[in-house]
Amino acid sequence: MPRVRFVQQDGSGKSIEVGRDVSVMLAAVRNGIHGIDGECLDCATCHVYVDEEQASSLPQPSEEELELLSAVSGERKPNSRLSCQLKVPAPLDELVVHVPARQS
Amino acid sequence: MTGLVVIGASYAGVQAALTARDAGYSQPITIVCDEEWLPYQRPPLSKDFLLGRISEQNLILRDETFFEGKQINLVLGQRATLLDLHARQVTLAGGNALKFEKLLFATGSRARRIAVEGADFDGIFYLRSVTDAIDLKAGLANAAEIVIVGGGFIGLEVAASAAKLGKKVTVVEASSRLLERAVSPVLSTFLLDTHLRAGVDVMLDETVASFKGNNRKVSAVVLGNGAVVHADLVLVGIGGVANDEIARSAGLRCTNGIVVDAHGQCETSDIFAAGDCTNHFNRFCESWVRLESVQNAQDQAKAAGLAIAGARAPYENVPRFWSDQYDVKLQIVGLAGRYDRQAVRGSVDDGRFSVFYYRQGRLVAVDSVHRPGEQMAARRLIAAGISPAPEQAADPSFDLKSLVTAGDKAGA
Repeated sequence: MPRVRFVQQDGSGKSIEVGRDVSVMLAAVRNGIHGIDGECLDCATCHVYVDEEQASSLPQPSEEELELLSAVSGERKPNSRLSCQLKVPAPLDELVVHVPARQS
Repeated sequence: MTGLVVIGASYAGVQAALTARDAGYSQPITIVCDEEWLPYQRPPLSKDFLLGRISEQNLILRDETFFEGKQINLVLGQRATLLDLHARQVTLAGGNALKFEKLLFATGSRARRIAVEGADFDGIFYLRSVTDAIDLKAGLANAAEIVIVGGGFIGLEVAASAAKLGKKVTVVEASSRLLERAVSPVLSTFLLDTHLRAGVDVMLDETVASFKGNNRKVSAVVLGNGAVVHADLVLVGIGGVANDEIARSAGLRCTNGIVVDAHGQCETSDIFAAGDCTNHFNRFCESWVRLESVQNAQDQAKAAGLAIAGARAPYENVPRFWSDQYDVKLQIVGLAGRYDRQAVRGSVDDGRFSVFYYRQGRLVAVDSVHRPGEQMAARRLIAAGISPAPEQAADPSFDLKSLVTAGDKAGA
């Protein structure tokens, strides 16, 4: 089973198993990951930074995701993504995402 | 058993329990729910679930392991029937009783039933729960002609899904425009055009007089004007009713929902309520409101959960709503209510615009279609009480975020 590692601001991390058809956001909510408040299925409250080396292996964000990313509350970086749009792509075994300082 | 008892395991019930636990409430917590399902996502039920894009399993938000980890006892498939405030006890349908120190109602709302001849025929559906959605999805698979009664959020979302599935869809709406209670005529007209383009037939200012059937299965809808529309399946979406009967019977004050303060507390101490089942005074709406939304359920439940744990932070979030229909992403912040002025930013024809609503010069609500950046800026503006001039709002070259930033600095 592929995994996602969530890394918090203080450097602590938690790795959880997630099916390839489950979004990183839903995996975070199901496991009570602090700092990803995407349960509202509302926009731009599930912002994460993808590991810089892995970012290029992911499908590029859609136009809509890019527009939403322009509105995120935390600092926007080149590797900013919305976790509701992210899944762990094959053949990646573990996707690493960093949780931003704030969501809203 | 003592501690906290929560009735209802959807967004509000789960959030209140989690917040109370995380804020240090150390007594036992029990969530009792009449549904058999683990807590699940509701917004996809009218959209991706009907379209087969999300499985039943992926609707689940939290599982048993999660609740065990939080030391929350989840009791599914058990309906609460009676509250005895004096004895501090909730009775379940099977006869068992739960004692409590504090109680939270998160009983939600149910679909308003249509009361016309033939309303009990098979083939007439409502949509609230996952079991409703499973039934509706199965029904749609065997239906070609669909009639939707009600042009509100649920009706229009199901209409869009059914049209995408290739069904012939007719929407019957009693008022003169779609989503009348939620959005302005600009948006209603835009949505009407969107549905018409998708091949959906929309009948405005039209009521349902009765249903016709064969062998107790619906076969047609008879309209108020006498016209008959053939239907293999009918979806009724004419609003919701608060599930406040248990609270009402126990003597708690209920007026279109259980009346609560900014901490989700009833007038009786240690009794709380959150979500669709409540009526609260909302300062952004400047009125008492009963809201049916995920945002309201979660944010109100957070305030209640904190109060249960002995911490206090009032519920004062700006109401938010969203809806997906076809490729239209509609986001709403605030309640336009009795607005007296509006400003349109962007292009309605291109399907990328926001409508700003003002009341006595103050920005009270913004609807956005494919304008998430503007919507996020609008949320911050309304929450901070900052109102761009209508001329600024209508000018796409004016940077709304500059006002938010200025407000942040002024407030810092």
